[in-house]
Amino acid sequence: MRISRWFADRWVMIVALLVLGYLALPILVVAALSFNRPSSRLSYDFNEFTLDNWRQPCATSDMCDAVVRSVQIGFLVTVVATVLGTLMAFALVRHRFRGRSGINVLIFLPMATPELVMGTSLLALFVSAGVPQGFWTIVIAHVMFCVSFVVVTVKARLAGMDRRLEEAAMDLYASEWQTFRLITLPLVLPGIVAAALLAFSLSFDDFIITNFNAGTTVTFPMYVWGAAQRGIPPQVNVVGTAMFAVALLLVGLSSLRTRARFGLGSDS
Amino acid sequence: MTLLAPTGSGRPPPAPPAARSGRRGLLPYLLLLPGAAWLFVFFGVPLAQLAAASLYDPSGSLATGYAMTWAFSNYPDVVQAYWPQFLRSFGYAGLALVLALLLGYPLAYAIAQKAGRWKNLLLVCVVAPMFTSFLVRTLAWKTILSDNGALVGLLRDVHLLAPDGRLLATPFAVVLGLTYNFLPFLVLPLYASLERLDPRLLEAATDLYASGAQAFRRVTLPLSMPGLVAGTLLFFIPASGDYINAELLGTPNEYMIGNVIDSAFLVRLDYPQGAALSFLLMAAILAVVFGYLRRAGTEEVL
Amino acid sequence: MRMAPETPAGDLRLANLTKRFGVFTAVDDLSLTIGQGSFFALLGASGCGKTTTLRTIAGLEEPTSGQVLLGDREITRLRPYKRPVNTVFQSYALFPHLNIFENVAFGLRRRGIRSVDDEVTRMLSLVQLDGYGNRRPAQLSGGQQQRVALARALINRPQVLLLDEPLGALDLKLRRQMQIELKRIQTEVGITFVHVTHDQEEAMTMADTVAVMNAGRIEQLGAPADIYELPATAFVANFLGQSNLLAGEATGASGGDVAVTAHGARFAVPASRSRAEHGPVHLGVRPEKLILVGSADQVPAGHQHVTGVVTDASYVGVSTQYLLRTGWGTELSVFAANSGTSARVAVGSEAVAYWDPQHAFLLPRDAADTDRTSPVLDEPVGASS
Repeated sequence: MRISRWFADRWVMIVALLVLGYLALPILVVAALSFNRPSSRLSYDFNEFTLDNWRQPCATSDMCDAVVRSVQIGFLVTVVATVLGTLMAFALVRHRFRGRSGINVLIFLPMATPELVMGTSLLALFVSAGVPQGFWTIVIAHVMFCVSFVVVTVKARLAGMDRRLEEAAMDLYASEWQTFRLITLPLVLPGIVAAALLAFSLSFDDFIITNFNAGTTVTFPMYVWGAAQRGIPPQVNVVGTAMFAVALLLVGLSSLRTRARFGLGSDS
Repeated sequence: MTLLAPTGSGRPPPAPPAARSGRRGLLPYLLLLPGAAWLFVFFGVPLAQLAAASLYDPSGSLATGYAMTWAFSNYPDVVQAYWPQFLRSFGYAGLALVLALLLGYPLAYAIAQKAGRWKNLLLVCVVAPMFTSFLVRTLAWKTILSDNGALVGLLRDVHLLAPDGRLLATPFAVVLGLTYNFLPFLVLPLYASLERLDPRLLEAATDLYASGAQAFRRVTLPLSMPGLVAGTLLFFIPASGDYINAELLGTPNEYMIGNVIDSAFLVRLDYPQGAALSFLLMAAILAVVFGYLRRAGTEEVL
Repeated sequence: MRMAPETPAGDLRLANLTKRFGVFTAVDDLSLTIGQGSFFALLGASGCGKTTTLRTIAGLEEPTSGQVLLGDREITRLRPYKRPVNTVFQSYALFPHLNIFENVAFGLRRRGIRSVDDEVTRMLSLVQLDGYGNRRPAQLSGGQQQRVALARALINRPQVLLLDEPLGALDLKLRRQMQIELKRIQTEVGITFVHVTHDQEEAMTMADTVAVMNAGRIEQLGAPADIYELPATAFVANFLGQSNLLAGEATGASGGDVAVTAHGARFAVPASRSRAEHGPVHLGVRPEKLILVGSADQVPAGHQHVTGVVTDASYVGVSTQYLLRTGWGTELSVFAANSGTSARVAVGSEAVAYWDPQHAFLLPRDAADTDRTSPVLDEPVGASS
């Protein structure tokens, strides 16, 4: 009786923890494999513990080149997509204008379209226009699918902001520009930063669209894809683990910062 | 990490009546112009280009060039050639969706209603897999499911799997991979809906003689509908267009339509066929999505 | 630009102010003069246009027509940051990313004043928040946030301070305390306060002059006691406190009194307390001005009375509130102070309510209107004010 009652109260939480385990399992495996000395090139099994992969992450220089290229692309894409998307978010939240629903559809569609379709259609465009594919076509493609996510993220933050704060600033002798700089921007900034991080991670991790528009340029996911056929160097798991650690660190820092800024963990 | 987006965060506070709009007539258009132009040129135009390419003369090639011959026969041709892969795409994605709902609903519910002060931490755990590369994670499943791995060994020992049975390179592995990869897309919108659910409503339901299951069916489920619909779509759309799981965890026998499109464009260089397949995929997904939304009766999610 | 708020302000005047949102008229041809240094309250239910009026004075809303004048200066279309007017916002609108010191210093800094430390410290101590400068708004209680909002506005020495339901978010006890506080500060700084509220008790406690607004217009304007003792309309009579209004016909004045027939009985009201002398009228008496006795013999000479049956008695501590059903079916409210001088009346017993004619008042009435005895409930009526 007691036990069944205890279980009835907690089964949802138990299932949830098991599912979280399922979600976490591959990451643990990636982390473990980053310390593995594989028995052969095509082996995916854990063989022997070593620190070599971490000591020499660039032992296979192709991979490091690919990582550097992905970071470059990700950086460019983040800057362009964040600027374009933020401007659009401001227009959508702060202004009334004709053609608003058309713009909303244009922003929504890329998020609802399979990546495969976007990738192949861009390929069809570049080929028919005679544009050589490579670094810049990847950037163009990534900005295209990142913009919508930036718009949605910044829009949510902007729409959640109390207009009275801006009115209060104007009431306290701040001009329109001062109000924007001192009140609006700092308060929307977390949304913009979140959007930028989202854009970077989308770009860095994209395989499908990149695959159709990369020409001979190799990004990190392209490298992994190619290597999967020939045998994966264990350093790939080092990159995977390091990415995870960096992202986790960023999340941790930002939550600490929010707590510090707004008192005991209560966001505005 | 794409998923927080469509559900946004909460409702805006009641805005005071919009003040002076007249003097800014052109500004919104200037703000929209660069982004909208980018989307138009690199999303809208290519779709039209893809539609055109799907009607090119199939006997052309990349070297000799393609002629526009309004070859509508491309469509029946590709359906005839690749209908098994089409069926498989939707079959695997549908199966994965059912699994994801069974796993994701309790997870979302537990985080939203039961986690208390651990809420944020658990949410981070849901998003955490996306902190690392999609491909690298999928490859990790290759290790977990490998014939020499602990999991297969265990299943063989308890005779759940025949002594020569495998997990890798089976439909099971592909569906498992799809479920794993897109589960967070389902959980986050669902969580957002369930988080807004006032627990007192459930107390009220039980007070009014509803059993636990009835309270769930009559109160929790209907109120989580918007999140459920959004999550289902966010899961199903990428899952049915995916080909990475089939490629890495399956064999050509598990190939989905994505694998065919990939090879049409990048290996066989048969653009008309690839374009026709892409277009069919999009049409099929749109048909499923709108059919589903109509049945779910919540078209405003879009 | 630098303002000179120290120059004498003069009165704040609204002239034929109208504000429409689409087809909805929020403020309807409103004219008003608010004397320099006065504490003025705009009282009304949600949606009556009081907040729109306030926002027009602040410059956050441009009127559809009409003028806002401060002394001799027209400020109707001046941007909010160019007006010597500051606002304490509903829900305070404190900047969440700035600490209390910077919140309070915000206005001074925008006007290019460099050394703000002394001023801010002095202001924080005026609102009894010494030492709170380094905290964030989220770390303060509702009452403290309210005082920061006040300090942030007052530090600019505006010619007019606007308060938009500034106490609405506070619980009852704190609200009473802040009412007294606000009144004290207003007396101290001598700035014109325009206070918007839906709480009639708050308006009466604090303001020198109260304007009762309804549907974008002012129903009545005056000192709180004057409005309460002699309301101008049935709306005011039942929005500001509660009144028993009996439908009757006035038959003209004679000898300083107006004669009224209501429900078959004859009454008289002093002409000085009558706002109509002929035709359909409401005869009004406040519940606390009615005195309940057992029979008509106990009614003193010169008083008037109605007879009925007590249908309800609610004991609320300081008083007992009775309902008296009259012969024609209307239930009158009677408040009897629990001063120990009169006996309680049992529910179901017959009783007589009498009043001094000097406490009655006479209001014009729409011919279709009947008795009114219940207070106007302050519920949101759709559009925001």
